[in-house]
Parts: sequence; C-alpha cells; structure tokens
Amino acid sequence: MTPNSVAIVGAAETTRLGTIPDMSQIQLHADAALNAMADAGLKPADIDGVATAVETPQQIAHYLGITPSWVDGTSVGGCSFMIHVRHAAAAIASGLCKTVLVTHGESGKSRVGNPPRTVPPSSLAGQFEQPFGPMGPPSLFPIPVLRYMKTYGVTHEQIAMVAVVQREWAAKNPRATFRDPITVEDVLNSRMIAYPFRLLQCCLVTDGGGALILTSAERARDFPRKPVYILGTGESVETPMVSQMEDFTSSRAFRVAGPTAFREAGITHEDVDHLMIYDAFAHLPLYGLEDLGFVPRGEAGRFIAERNTAPGGKLPLNTNGGGLSYMHSGMYGMYALQESVRQMRGIAPAQVAGAKISVCHGVGGMFAASGTIIFGNERP
Amino acid sequence: MPEPARARPQPTPETQHFWDGTRAGELRLQRCDACAKVYFPPRPFCPACASRSVSVFAASGRGSLYSYVIHHRKVPGFTPPYAIAVVQLDEGPRMMSNITGCAQTPEALALDMPLEVAFEKLDDEITLPLFRPAKG
Repeated sequence: MTPNSVAIVGAAETTRLGTIPDMSQIQLHADAALNAMADAGLKPADIDGVATAVETPQQIAHYLGITPSWVDGTSVGGCSFMIHVRHAAAAIASGLCKTVLVTHGESGKSRVGNPPRTVPPSSLAGQFEQPFGPMGPPSLFPIPVLRYMKTYGVTHEQIAMVAVVQREWAAKNPRATFRDPITVEDVLNSRMIAYPFRLLQCCLVTDGGGALILTSAERARDFPRKPVYILGTGESVETPMVSQMEDFTSSRAFRVAGPTAFREAGITHEDVDHLMIYDAFAHLPLYGLEDLGFVPRGEAGRFIAERNTAPGGKLPLNTNGGGLSYMHSGMYGMYALQESVRQMRGIAPAQVAGAKISVCHGVGGMFAASGTIIFGNERP
Repeated sequence: MPEPARARPQPTPETQHFWDGTRAGELRLQRCDACAKVYFPPRPFCPACASRSVSVFAASGRGSLYSYVIHHRKVPGFTPPYAIAVVQLDEGPRMMSNITGCAQTPEALALDMPLEVAFEKLDDEITLPLFRPAKG
C-alpha cells in the first residue's frame, strides 16, 4: 500500500459502553456502524465493502442493508480489526471497492446473542493444552510472564506500574470504566487470578462495539470530518497455542507486524507522537514496546516505571486508559483504533497536543496474531 | 453426582501415536529423518523442512520448568490453586502440563528446576503426561 493513499472518514464506538444487557451482539455492531455512518455522513447504500470478525460479513451486511462487492471475515482474535484496516486499505488502493465499513460488537459481559467460545477437544489446543486446566485468556496469556521476568530481571512492581499509569490516563477520560487512582500496592494486593497476575493486571470485561469507515485519501477530502490517513500497516500470526510460541520473552507476530508497518510508513520511532498497545493483560505493553523497537530488550518495565508513557511522559501510551481501565469487550483492538483516530482528529479526552503520528498495535488470541496500523493526520 | 472431570483430549489419526505412547508409559515425540528436527505437537511431516519422512521415538521424559501460572479460579477437575506449566523437554520441544508431587507455590516451583514425566491415567483410552520434580 502507498502511504497516505487511504483514510479513515468515519469512526465511532457504541453510544454506551460497559453493561448493555438490552442489546445483542449483532446490535452492538449495528449501533457502532450507524454511529460511524452518521459521523461520515453516509448511508448503507454508500458502503461497498464490509469487514468484521466473529460475526460473518454476510450477517453484518444483511443486518445493515449493505450490498458489498468486497468482504473480509478475517477472525484472528482482538487484532482482527487492525488486519481489516490493512486489507481494506489494500482493497481500496487497488480499486476492488471504494468505501469500507469495519465493524466490531461484543456482548462480552452480558453475553446476549454471542456464540460460546469453545476449544474443540480434537484440536491441538484441545488435546495438548485444555487437559491441563486453562480457562480462557486470564489462565493462558500470562504463561510466558515468569520466563520474561527471570530473563530480564523485571520486577512485580514494574509490571504493576503498567496498570497504575493507565489508570492515570483513564482518570482523564469520562467514558472510562475505572477512573479512581490506584497504587502499586493496590495492584499487588488485589485478588490473585493466575500468579504472577492479580485482578488489576487483567482487563475489564464489558459490552460495547466500534466501527470505522475507510475510503481513498482523494475522496476523503469531501467528508465532514478531518481525514486520518493510513501511513503503514503490518500483520502476522504465530501459533494458536501459547505453550508453543517460539520465544516466551518476545512475540514473533509482533516482530513481523510492527516493523512491516514502520517500513511501509517510512518513519522512525522518534516520529511517533502517540502509541496504543493492546493491553488485555499488563505484560502486553512491555512486549509491544520491545518488539516494536521503542526500547531495547528487557528495558520496557523500567521505561514504564520511570513514567515515560504516563501523562506528561515522552511517549504517551494507551491514552484512553486501555483494556485495563477503559473497556474490554473481549476483542479490544477496535477500541485501540478508535483512540488513535480520536488522537489524530485532535478530539481525544486526553489529547496529546500537536500529535501528528499514532501507532496502533494489536494482539490476537494468546500472542497468536498481530496487526499494526500507523496513522497520520497531515494532508498528503 | 460425580465430580466434573477435566477436559478430555480427543485423539486424531495424526496424534494417536502420542496417546498410545502415554498409555504404554512412553512420552513419544517425532524427529525428522531429513533434517533431524525434533518437534511437538504431533503431525506426520516436519514443520521445519516439510519432509514427510519422520519417525516416532520415545523421549527421555526429562525436562525442566520453563514457565507457569498458578491458577486461582475453579475449573472442572482441578482444585485451585494449581499450576499450569510449560515444560522444556531435554529433546528440545516444550509442552504444557501440570506439576505434581510438590506444593503449588512460587517458592516450590522454581523456574528451571529439573522435572520428569509422571503419567496419570484419565480412563482406559487417555493417560496424561504430567511432570514431577526429578529425583536425585
């Protein structure tokens, strides 16, 4: 993809976030999609491309009354939406379609109208992980953490600071679920979930949704909102089993997706004004900072503990409060993208003054997949 | 009412040799005849060089504790807290397992401690490869 050739012209979350028992999962998609279409001044007939995850493109297209000529049902976990943006940008740039709607909706807390998450007992994970007692992401995602801590001498206090700093960002955001300040002691005294991780190092469980609309940069100039341009994109997958990842101190999928996006954008780390790293659990920003090359290996814990990513720090990270404090419906990637778009539009609750480039990095499954999008707001 | 059991693996044609092995008291891995790569989980070809010429062999059953969590929530077949561990096998691959025969605490579960396989029969078909601290 040529940097700056495609732009986001519509972006919105569901009107409400949190506990939404009166909406089923597909309606959360629709609520966000209708908000995004209103944001862009478009109707369903104006959309000719649909991308979504978990729900299928045919479900979303039919429900919203869209007749697409391009669809993408990539469903690789919470970073699926970064990958949809990448695929949509390529599709628009090559003329397969003109205007793409990417939707996410998830009744993660109320669990209304969502399919159950099951691991088939004949799958490799069903045979070689499930019999040993994992139960969902909180029991699996932190499995590499002790190896990472031992390898680099990272402390429990440093990882606790991830949650403390993100709560500081959340305090600035009226839509964040948790806004009261917390301390390292609060984190390390919260209920044990899966040692070494306690409750405040695990994401929220909420209901919500979000949607994005993309079109060519040329057409984007005619839309009501300030266009947010796509400068670079990357994606990869590694393994559906966390026990089989190559390196427990680093994600191979991160190391492919991140640098691919930086190369495509033609930028350096010094150019980045704002950063989102999908934080389903407190170690993910550490892996992300290192695997994307923002800090040397083993340095991310110290970097965060020294407040470099906190309000007032040199690298504002997860400025909506993140999955730890803002919201997390299960597939958080869409909310990270929404915050990058808000920052690039200049309308974020915790706006980074003068921000011109935002990097948005997602994870899917338990280090199974990754997608990175680099946004810019300067007209090409 | 019987206690709910832990998740039971369902072997496939490609993994049957592994489950036949644990039932016979062997931890069976595969080695590529072409490039000598030892790999896990089972499949009838080499994930490093794509050769279909691979051999099943009985591993030593020895390894070390690579990483783990101690899970504190209730799961059918388990009494929390219990460790969900990844074992570094001496032959190279890693596999998920549980650690038996020692306290399920950070103090008792030191990373890199030597382990040996301890087979636990689930039923007539399935025996699971668990691990315990190595003797001596």
